[in-house]
Amino acid sequence: MSFWQLAVQQLINGLQSGSIYALVALGYSMVYGIITLLNFAHGDIIMVGSYLSWFALTSIAPFVPLPVAVVIAIAMAILGCMVLGVTIEFAAYRPLRKSPRISLLITAIGVSYLLQNTAQKFIGASAKMVPYPRIPSVNFAGLTISGVAILCIAVTAACMVGLTLLVKKSKSGKAMRAVSEDADAALLMGVNVNSTISFTFAIGSALAGVGSILFIIAYPQASPFMGGMLGLKAFVAAVLGGIGSIPGAMIGGLLIGVIESLVSAVGLSVWKEGVVFAILIVMLLFKPAGIMGKPTTEKV
Amino acid sequence: MKKIICIVLVVMMAAALFVGCTKDDKKGEETIKIGILGPHTGELAVYGLGVKNGATLYLDQVNAAGGINGKMIEIIAYDQRGDDAEAVNAFNRMVSEGITGLIGDVITSNTLAVVAKATPINMPMITASATAASVTVNADGSVNTNVFRTCFIDPFQGMKMAEFAGEVLDATSAAVLFETGNDYAIGLKDAFVAKCGETGIEVVGQESYAKGDKDFKAQLTNILAAGPDVVFLPNYYEDNGLIVTQAREIGLNAVMLGGDGWAGITDYASAEDLEGSFFCSAYAPGSTELVRDFEARFIAANGEDTLNMFAATGYDAAMLLVAAIRKAEKSGSAPASDEYKQAIIDAIRSEGAGVVGVTSEGGYTFDEFNNPIKDAVIMTITDGKEVFYRMF
Repeated sequence: MSFWQLAVQQLINGLQSGSIYALVALGYSMVYGIITLLNFAHGDIIMVGSYLSWFALTSIAPFVPLPVAVVIAIAMAILGCMVLGVTIEFAAYRPLRKSPRISLLITAIGVSYLLQNTAQKFIGASAKMVPYPRIPSVNFAGLTISGVAILCIAVTAACMVGLTLLVKKSKSGKAMRAVSEDADAALLMGVNVNSTISFTFAIGSALAGVGSILFIIAYPQASPFMGGMLGLKAFVAAVLGGIGSIPGAMIGGLLIGVIESLVSAVGLSVWKEGVVFAILIVMLLFKPAGIMGKPTTEKV
Repeated sequence: MKKIICIVLVVMMAAALFVGCTKDDKKGEETIKIGILGPHTGELAVYGLGVKNGATLYLDQVNAAGGINGKMIEIIAYDQRGDDAEAVNAFNRMVSEGITGLIGDVITSNTLAVVAKATPINMPMITASATAASVTVNADGSVNTNVFRTCFIDPFQGMKMAEFAGEVLDATSAAVLFETGNDYAIGLKDAFVAKCGETGIEVVGQESYAKGDKDFKAQLTNILAAGPDVVFLPNYYEDNGLIVTQAREIGLNAVMLGGDGWAGITDYASAEDLEGSFFCSAYAPGSTELVRDFEARFIAANGEDTLNMFAATGYDAAMLLVAAIRKAEKSGSAPASDEYKQAIIDAIRSEGAGVVGVTSEGGYTFDEFNNPIKDAVIMTITDGKEVFYRMF
């Protein structure tokens, strides 16, 4: 394997994990954009989605043909995450909407712990293997490109395009932008703020569901605390790209993935998280709005 | 009324006195006393009872065959409930009762406490289960020459797998992917790399990862580029499962090797990805003729509850000690005397007194640190199951 082949392979590795970060970061970004809340439970929604896949593929799979089981698993993960996300918003965040931001943030952390400990209590602390069928690798120009990498990158790109269209072209997208701009003014203009926020959570959590499927195909183990670090890195990706910006989340996620991969490739794997957070600090010092973000004046 | 009770009590006590006397008279100096120490109650009981039942099984067998040199073995077993202070007290009591050798202790911290008392009086002791290096080697590098063990220490597995890769798999190059900050993984990795250096296997890649990492593709891609014959994964099963899966995904098809941290991996990676991997272990139920025979006799005597790895190493410990005592008997000195104890230690040191154990068909020899050089069980994975491959 030549140096260039190695470099390309490492780049693909980075893009694969990066696209998963990007998908999670999109959810973070949307929720932050609409109610300026860092939804720390977002990573744990992915954990729940992974367990739903696990449940479908181990408990339902014996009774139906494999392709059907896979479709059920995917549907359960996405719909389950959507319902969970909307429920969390309704039960935990909506009653606090007029409270100080810090209360919401602490509630989000509480929800995160609640989900983690519930999973640990009822499913157990040890990891469960989630048996999605293997996606065949592709041989190309002397490289073995893993099918998972191609799938992750393609699905994430498709999600980003779909989301951009939704936000820019559809009526509910317009409502989302209006609420994000000024919720009170939007209310005066006849936008149903509550249902718009619910809709945003539903879309963001559905993306988490898609993210959970990609994550679990790439790293087939579900465990109660898997969402923690994933959520944190996706958050860094969202801030890096410019929180609230859809292409920003995508760029941030891919960048984090590639940086991690390169740091590991040169033998500093133990430092890769340190490097990621160091980049976050540097970014916040010199360009707090992120790569794609526009500097805004605080409206509070 | 009180008087009657008093009289009855006095009579009973006197009777008890005589019972004691007759017992002493019968055995007298004809017995050789061996101590068995460990936690026989509490949460560690399954280990302690495994050792006790395994060792007792062999000692009873020796007595049934006429003892050692015409002398019966007297077992003095005490339960120390997993407590350091209790362990030392029980050991002191055994010494005052005249033991000539000790099988125990069981867990590392208890064993260290007992070693501190046993070494100054040069008491031969064989632990069946304490794996920490510090049991036989002190911080200043001096060796406790009276302390032996029948289990192997963790890094030994790395050495074994390097030898296995070279001799059985004909590997000429190897790579390692290990978890930093995990003493078990680092110990195995260091021993593996050192042995590769000695046996001429070129180590073409040493990659590491941090605890909690899920993505190993960057490191595996580097290993793929280096193209080794075998990849050694000295980590625990959950991580190893992810590593093997991702390795196959990027087209790394080298033979995967590991230590006993692999046990249970079949739940964490697919059967086809794991096919043909090897890992080593200290004990495999039902693996060899010797083991099956031992298990049958153990179950007949004690049932299945305490049949575990330590029952087998406990049995071996008793075998080693008895074989050494047989040699010491030839010295003519009295059991539990200083010369007798030294003779036992010398006998164990010289080729493990020629013992072929349940867990070591190739016999026991001891290295300069009193750690056994013995066979390991090599397990392989076929059709998603861990199967016994061979002794090595």
